[in-house]
Amino acid sequence: MQLPSLAFLAWTILFAPLVSTLGILLVGLRRPKFSHSIAIASMVTGFLASVYLFIRLLGSPGSVGSQGHGEHPFLEHAISWISLHGLQLEVGVAIDPLSVLMSLVVTGVGSVIFIYSAGYMSEEPSYSRYFAGLSLFAFSMLGIVLANNLVMLFMFWELVGVSSYLLIGFWYQKPSAAEAGRKAFMVNRVADFGFMIGILMLWTVSGATGQERTFNFAELADRIHELAAAQALPYAALSFAGAFLFCGVVGKSAQFPLHVWLPDAMEGPTPVSALIHAATMVAAGVYLIGRCFFLYADLPDLLTLIAYVGGFTAIFTASIAIVQNDIKRILAYSTLSQLGYMVMALGLGGYSAGIFHLATHAFFKALLFLGAGCMIHALHTNDIWEMGGLIKSMKVTSWTFLIGTAALCGIWPLSGFWSKDEILALAFHQDKFLWAIGSLTAMMTAFYMGRLCFAAIFGKPRGHGHSQEAPAVMTGPLVFLAILSVIGGFLGIPRFIHHPRAMHVEFDLGVALISTLCAVIGLGSAWRLYGKPSDLPVRLRASFRWLYSLLANKYYVDEIYAWLIRNVHDRIARLCALFERYVIMRFCVNGIAVTTRAAGSVLRMIQTGKVQTYALALFAGLLLILSWMMVGIHP
Amino acid sequence: MTPWVMLSPFIGAIAMLLTPSTQKDWIRRIAVGAASVSLAVAVWMFLNYDRSAGGYQFITEVPWIPALGVSFQAGVDGISVILTLLHAVCAFAGVLVSYSIKERVKEYFIFYLLLIAGVFGVFTSLDVFFFYFFYEMAVIPMFPLIGIWGSKDIKDYATMKLTLYLTAGAVLALIGLLALYFLTDLHTFNLIKLEEVLSHKPLPAEVQYWLFPFLLIGFGVIAPMWPFHSWSPIGHAAAPAPVSMLHAGVLMKLGSYAILRLGFGLLPQGAYAWMPLVAALCMMNILYGGLVALAQKDSKFMVGYSSSSHMGYVLLGIASMTPAAMNGAVLLMFAHGVMTALAFALIGHIYDQTHSRTLSDWGGLAQKIPFVSACFVIAAMASSGVPGFGNFVAEFLVMIGAWEPYPWHAVGAILGVVITATYMLGAIRTGFFGPLNPKWENLRDARTPFERLPYLFLIIVLLALGCWPGPFIDTIQTGTQTLLNRVGAAQTIAKAHKESTES
Amino acid sequence: MITLNHYLIASGLLFAIGLVGVVSRRNTLMILLSVELMLNAANLSFVAFSRYLGHSTGQIFVFFIMLVAAAEVTVGLAILIVMARAVGKTDADALKSLRW
Repeated sequence: MQLPSLAFLAWTILFAPLVSTLGILLVGLRRPKFSHSIAIASMVTGFLASVYLFIRLLGSPGSVGSQGHGEHPFLEHAISWISLHGLQLEVGVAIDPLSVLMSLVVTGVGSVIFIYSAGYMSEEPSYSRYFAGLSLFAFSMLGIVLANNLVMLFMFWELVGVSSYLLIGFWYQKPSAAEAGRKAFMVNRVADFGFMIGILMLWTVSGATGQERTFNFAELADRIHELAAAQALPYAALSFAGAFLFCGVVGKSAQFPLHVWLPDAMEGPTPVSALIHAATMVAAGVYLIGRCFFLYADLPDLLTLIAYVGGFTAIFTASIAIVQNDIKRILAYSTLSQLGYMVMALGLGGYSAGIFHLATHAFFKALLFLGAGCMIHALHTNDIWEMGGLIKSMKVTSWTFLIGTAALCGIWPLSGFWSKDEILALAFHQDKFLWAIGSLTAMMTAFYMGRLCFAAIFGKPRGHGHSQEAPAVMTGPLVFLAILSVIGGFLGIPRFIHHPRAMHVEFDLGVALISTLCAVIGLGSAWRLYGKPSDLPVRLRASFRWLYSLLANKYYVDEIYAWLIRNVHDRIARLCALFERYVIMRFCVNGIAVTTRAAGSVLRMIQTGKVQTYALALFAGLLLILSWMMVGIHP
Repeated sequence: MTPWVMLSPFIGAIAMLLTPSTQKDWIRRIAVGAASVSLAVAVWMFLNYDRSAGGYQFITEVPWIPALGVSFQAGVDGISVILTLLHAVCAFAGVLVSYSIKERVKEYFIFYLLLIAGVFGVFTSLDVFFFYFFYEMAVIPMFPLIGIWGSKDIKDYATMKLTLYLTAGAVLALIGLLALYFLTDLHTFNLIKLEEVLSHKPLPAEVQYWLFPFLLIGFGVIAPMWPFHSWSPIGHAAAPAPVSMLHAGVLMKLGSYAILRLGFGLLPQGAYAWMPLVAALCMMNILYGGLVALAQKDSKFMVGYSSSSHMGYVLLGIASMTPAAMNGAVLLMFAHGVMTALAFALIGHIYDQTHSRTLSDWGGLAQKIPFVSACFVIAAMASSGVPGFGNFVAEFLVMIGAWEPYPWHAVGAILGVVITATYMLGAIRTGFFGPLNPKWENLRDARTPFERLPYLFLIIVLLALGCWPGPFIDTIQTGTQTLLNRVGAAQTIAKAHKESTES
Repeated sequence: MITLNHYLIASGLLFAIGLVGVVSRRNTLMILLSVELMLNAANLSFVAFSRYLGHSTGQIFVFFIMLVAAAEVTVGLAILIVMARAVGKTDADALKSLRW
């Protein structure tokens, strides 16, 4: 097949979900069968196309970055969108290992979750609206993945925000859901404020070579290389641009301090949490760092900052997960922590390690969320303490959930082990402190996942309701994802994803042993505390009361923001409104009216109503005019 | 061809005068017919405008007072063809939405069509006299339209304020225009001739410097430039929905259009000298307007302040004087016009039934009126600059264009987008999401296709603009490039003059 | 020798007396009389100029003025009587209902 048809495939991947969205909106809003069929068909089409592209990419010699500096896409196809003097914007797709891997993950995990949704949401009255939203999300996400330039990426970046807003607020009649949707959108908007500035700065820098400025990734990479080669890199401007771009990442990938929206986003339907808030959208930030790695590779100081932000987020949020009771919130904080891992990996220069972890995390975290969805579906509760004993009644769900847990904890030979280990090995060789943080996080991860499993899956059935295994349309996806979570480490992803300027370390047995040991310690202590009924957790909680309340209240970050919004943001707005009402409206505008009226009431005093006064004025005026004329004649 | 956009509603108004006021259906049909003809002509002009040639096209000239050099001359360039289209779109949707008016239908539609005709006249006339004539003709029907059919609580104050404000602005502008007429010494109001002569032999820099503020403030009042904006939110709030649609959608664009057409076209150097001030003022529009919108509890006031905030982007685009920003500004006039017309139409639909504009009073409307709510979410998204809608493209162009001449202003403009999202989403959250307020159990959604038509029509225009802005931008570019060239030329002439006097 | 200037000065004095009368007197009748005085001052200068220039237009004008003055006095006295009946006074200050 010739290149244009490959480009056609890429466009198909992108636009299939859009067709599905429009189809549902136009004809499918009252036809649930049609809605899920077209949505699933569009995702599967995209998946098949991605697989084909993947195979072609593997088969092509120049694909693994061996030629040039390896930053040129394997295939790029663009059409002009806006053409102005000094500004060319285009819409285009770029096919390279990174985008193909991401589109594989998005369409693959997406297809599975779409199928699962057909079962999970089957009793929902707004079934079609759900699939329309999901398809819109898939379209937007694939737009991010396939974009060949920053502006297009930004546009789709905003669109995923919108679809996420619509899906979090899917049950809009619930105030908490409506609030969560708004919070997610707003936090991302604040982050995108920085992102946008970053884009503009990078645009300016791209003109430093004397060529016309550009947003195109490949051209940007070329120019930065050119500048670097000429020792003319505008280091400060570039650092600021990179830092501002990273703002966008902090928002979308929910890094500290903008992590607050993700746990709340769990108000959405569980498959949405699985797809958007665990597997794909939140990984978009990580993807962006990968996409702009040509930029970050030249900025070591910025990379260090990024690594520390990631590391801090990882341990900070993992510690919160320890005390949560809502199964989805535990998983949400775990997602935050794992995203921190990925960001840390990229910050350490571990391009392939970060992306590798992104992919494996997508598999096992989607699996965990879907499993949690099955449990919630069966028990109608989110509280892990009202679950329990599911291993007997929900075999498939429980076993696949355990596989997901093991993968997340990094147990050999599951996928999580390989990807997490690559990150830890990288940290061990570069920054021992980050390595310690990473290992500690791994221990915490194992602990809270152990706690979750011992509470929800093992033990005796608690609470109400009888648990029943979910239908095949829901368990099938679980099994598929479980298989991926098991074999994900052997698919050769790190070798496929490669960047010439990325750090790379070989497998390190010592680091691997230590991290496994951490996981075992975490799981072991979870077993000690929660494996069998004991009063140890209660006693621990009592003796560390302050720590417990600090964690249970998520370090009061939400409260701080609420305080800031109430006392700073709202006050400024109210001040402006008062200024508007009293200074502009009352004082200036109405003031002019009042002055006019007052002037009138003073000036009308002149009208005395006495004929003689008027006569006097008349003569005085006449005299004045006459004398003026006299002066004019005889100066 | 061009005069027909304006004549069609005018003839419609005359036809209505001859229709008995009991024939409400016929009156409405005449109005829809007249607006459709205008829309068809506007679309035809947009499609047939020769983008490669640029300049004024479809010119019609009828001499009127030869002694004073006044002639009726109509035609469009790249900017006005877009704005004519905008007005045609909004007027068409507005006439459809006007079906909700039940009192004094005949008088209402006559005034409404006169308003439509006046605005079309401004956008298409190429003679300064008629430009001003139509400008006033557009302002005057607003008085009865708000005063008679407006919301009872605030309409008296709003009508007076709006009329006085706009008339005062117009008088200032008139002074500037008359001074221009006498100073050029050509004894013509013919815009094409004036532009041609002035581009070869511009007025002295000093004169331009002192003349431009008259036009800037005079037309800036309607733009509405901070701090002359306070007539607009209350005017929007008091007016009935279809009037707010035209008022916020189109009328406010007259100001920036006039600044572009007359200010930049005839006094390029004056424009150049005053633009930094405009850039500073429009930051107040964007940020201050946004923050005030944030503090509003009344939905119409919120959208009103939002409009004045977004018009700040238009002014910033104009003030930046770069191709991207200038095109963005004109495109934003279009996109914002359509979006804000949509928002006011939807609020009107709710207000007609609830008689409440207060957001917190609504509550949970999405459950009762899903279609209208979905449209409102779309309007809010468009307003918040979500990609896919024209507003994003336009605002993005303005930011890019403003980035190099005014980086801090551009940062402020980006911040403005965040503020917009805050109040728009807040409005959705309080007004439409959450549990339903039991008061509105009997609310009626827009159910029939005919009721839905205006909303869907506006949404489709917004989407078309956002997804494929190419044709629009190519058209606008022909107009803005001319203006930018004129500013550039004026600068060279001034520099040459300065050098020759120095040596 | 009585020159034109003498007539003009006499006319000016007459006019000034009339003016002061109009402005300062309260009684409407006196105001009316003062107006007549001013008109006659104008008549005097018209006649004087007519003689000086040897032209009859000025004298014709005087006839017009005398006619108008007669009509004016008639109307003025009528108003005065009405006023005296309505207000009971002939003071000009009594008529101030047109004041603010």
